[in-house]
Amino acid sequence: MNQRHLSLRIWGAVLAVSVILGFGSGAMAADTIKVGVLHSLSGTMAISETTLKDTVLMLVDEQNKKGGLLGKKLEAVVVDPASNWPLFAEKARELIEKEKVSVVFGCWTSVSRKSVLPVFEELNGLLFYPVQYEGEESSKNVLYTGAAPNQQAIPAVDYLMNEMGVKRWVLAGTDYVYPRTTNKILLAYLKSKGVSDADIMVNYTPFGHSDWQSIVAEIKKFGTAGKKTAVVSTINGDANVPFYKELGNQNITAENIPVMAFSVGEEELAGIDTKPLVGHLAAWNYFMSVDDPSNDEFIENWHAFIKNKNRVTNDPMEAHYIGFNMWVKAVEKAGTTDANAVQDAIIGVTVPNLTGGYAAMMPNHHITKPVLIGEIQEDGQFQVVWETPGLVVGDAWSDYLPGSKDMISDWRAPLSNGNFNVKTGK
Amino acid sequence: MNISLGARARRLTDKPPVWVILLLIMAIMPFCSAAQASEFEDGLEMLTQRSFNTKIKGLELIVASADKRTQQVLSELLEGRLYYLNRSRQVLFTDESDGNISAVDVLTQEPLAGVDRYDLKRISINNQIRKKLKNWIAFLNVSHDDPDVREKAVYSMLDKLNSDMLASFQALSQTEKNKKVLKAIHVALALGTLQSGTPDEILTALPALKGQLFSAVKTNLLRLHEQTDNEEVKTEISRLLQGIESRLATCRFFETLFFGLSAGSILVLASIGLAITFGVIGVINMAHGELIMIGAYTAYVIQQALPNHIGVGILIAVPAAFIVSGVVGIVIERSIIRFLYGRPLETLLATFGLSLVLQQAVRSIFSPLNRAVSTPDWMSGSLAINPALSLTMNRIVILVFSLLVFGALFAVMKKTSLGLQVRAVSQNRAMARAMGVKAARVDALTFGLGSGIAGVAGVALSQLTNVGPNLGQAYIIDSFMVVVFGGVGNLWGTLLAGLSLGTANKFIEPLSGAVLAKIIVLVFIILFIQKRPQGLFPQKGRAAG
Repeated sequence: MNQRHLSLRIWGAVLAVSVILGFGSGAMAADTIKVGVLHSLSGTMAISETTLKDTVLMLVDEQNKKGGLLGKKLEAVVVDPASNWPLFAEKARELIEKEKVSVVFGCWTSVSRKSVLPVFEELNGLLFYPVQYEGEESSKNVLYTGAAPNQQAIPAVDYLMNEMGVKRWVLAGTDYVYPRTTNKILLAYLKSKGVSDADIMVNYTPFGHSDWQSIVAEIKKFGTAGKKTAVVSTINGDANVPFYKELGNQNITAENIPVMAFSVGEEELAGIDTKPLVGHLAAWNYFMSVDDPSNDEFIENWHAFIKNKNRVTNDPMEAHYIGFNMWVKAVEKAGTTDANAVQDAIIGVTVPNLTGGYAAMMPNHHITKPVLIGEIQEDGQFQVVWETPGLVVGDAWSDYLPGSKDMISDWRAPLSNGNFNVKTGK
Repeated sequence: MNISLGARARRLTDKPPVWVILLLIMAIMPFCSAAQASEFEDGLEMLTQRSFNTKIKGLELIVASADKRTQQVLSELLEGRLYYLNRSRQVLFTDESDGNISAVDVLTQEPLAGVDRYDLKRISINNQIRKKLKNWIAFLNVSHDDPDVREKAVYSMLDKLNSDMLASFQALSQTEKNKKVLKAIHVALALGTLQSGTPDEILTALPALKGQLFSAVKTNLLRLHEQTDNEEVKTEISRLLQGIESRLATCRFFETLFFGLSAGSILVLASIGLAITFGVIGVINMAHGELIMIGAYTAYVIQQALPNHIGVGILIAVPAAFIVSGVVGIVIERSIIRFLYGRPLETLLATFGLSLVLQQAVRSIFSPLNRAVSTPDWMSGSLAINPALSLTMNRIVILVFSLLVFGALFAVMKKTSLGLQVRAVSQNRAMARAMGVKAARVDALTFGLGSGIAGVAGVALSQLTNVGPNLGQAYIIDSFMVVVFGGVGNLWGTLLAGLSLGTANKFIEPLSGAVLAKIIVLVFIILFIQKRPQGLFPQKGRAAG
């Protein structure tokens, strides 16, 4: 064999091997279903989102132990959008286009969700969004397993008004879409209940705000005018830590001016001294302290997986638990991970939640949830002081805002529309 | 209580002789106290039930029994130290020290040995119960031994006055000897008269409310002003309210001033190091924020090493952070900055890159999440000067601390040889070198000094804000603003600039919100710099400017 033939044979062999390997790896790739995880692991929101990444990893692990999905193993693909909203969109595109994930579990802040929404709608991806939010949205490509305002904000305000006799309101939030929209809804709701403008104080601060002296002093002044006052807090991220510290330092106790938070859970309390916070409130659809065998089992599995008995569980973790199980059930029902098929199959899917009830996926891509009000305890846990007698169906379009009270969302054929106006018929 | 009198019943229509009455009383007494004691016991038993309403009823029984242990039960329950034994439902006072639990049975007052935390179940309460407990405790404290406690208790009841309380205050006003407590009682009685008295009674009571800053006083006066028809009462109330309002306005002014000074003191601490390095060596150090962050993490590490001595830990952290950040600063100077003197743009880029490296290093060594740094007890809570003005302890300590640091730095600059050399080099480098000053060594030490001060600022910041890898980013812009505004290299300029910017920010904030206040201050600085580029106190010396 001369030189030329030898080099040809070698190149041929190399080509053949690489083709086989290529097919092989293609076949290997076809053997796993990829699950994307889009949560901030650094930056101001890391305090809340890191534990959600670990939750998805645990759920993937448990599902693989049960034999995977459709005969294939699940593979989690984790990216870090670092609390940077434009980076969320970039990473979402990377997950769907490059990594070819079948589903993404991710986002916390509404601004991050709004950033990735165009990407998911363009590439027909599937996002499970586990956090309580402001509503006014219903996308074909997003499944909202967190609470809509009628599953958290409105019942919380009802509790304050009826059970605690609150007459004056401070709406304190971080300056972005979720608190702004939620406060719009709450303002309309409070006015509809006869609360006057003079009895409402609204305040917005940037992410990571740390100097709360003046604002807390204003709250104190507003709250000692003779009527029972409460603070409805939509403050997000690590700005909560200096806020609660300042409340404690300026001696604002829960019996005087209770603070009802929508974005503070067991995870956010895990890093601070909760003694001055005892008695302040939070509204969620799940607390780690809820006494139910399914919850006990979940907590046990979580501690075994994360190898740390001190780690806590919280509502967005339960939302991922519900969302993941719903996705698995829908994929099994549809027989494929194709986004359109799953979107059709998932409506009506019912899975158990961790508080002893069930969660069902509604046609508007929201689920049914119970509403729980809890008081902060010294150990950073919540004690349930009130709950709705049954499950509340998530309403994407608030009945209290003039633009949205005539809107409905129904993703079943033939309507297949997320913002259909019943009055105008469009 | 069913006491059958038997034969004595026939003579009940006549007035019974004294000894019979005494005998009756002696016969009934044990039952009364027994009834009291059993009321107390029943109440305690109800506390071990799950329902909050049952617990409230139990507490009402405990209070009604007026047992000598009642006050202790109420205050221990409020503090979360009342537990009961799972197996026997005995209610216990508990205390925890060094991980060991000691328990005392409430009923028998005897300590229990060998109690494990798994045998105990805490008696939990909710906000409603907390509120009631505070009211009951305040009411009981009105007859406390300590006059300060009594005074505080009376004032705390001003917004919850009812006729029973007013009656007991009326009785107390006859027996109370302490002047301050008596004044408090008179204020409470005056408020009571406002609610239910005739116009004449109100007019006599009003002077007692002069200058009172309690919110309950103001609210009641406003309410009465609206409701009453009597002109004399109305004018008198208006006069009183005016006086109270002006006093409140003064208090509010001082409160805002304090907020401004404390916010400014943080700016001073954060930027004084930058003023020195920028002023002396002319280096734009974008990694200054990270040096602050390193100081904050030093405080965290020391606290991890000494978990039971938080106060001591913070005090040790101050010199430790100075040394750590100072050494890092000297290393930076010798390795990077030294080669870039006279090239400000390159220095800016290099130090910016360095800040990213330092941030990621901290993220990798510790974790991207925030670290929790505890506050010592003497820095928690607040100092109440009067009912309308409270100053938080941590801010007071940091304000004093920053003035001390400034003073120390000033002393170093004016009294030590290093300070002399630093000033010489910054005024005229060539001349200083001609006089034998080793300029390169001075540069390194100055950079180390500035970085060390940044580290100390980090320790202070660890008490106020989240300690995380991004801590420095929040303060670097503000530090540059202060240095530019105050005049580069001038310590007094930095002090004045920091305090005035902080104060301006805090005075604007209530009117415009936090975000807009910052923007307004920034715009002001930009306009000021247009008029006076050297800042408030420009640098002296022929080579400068």
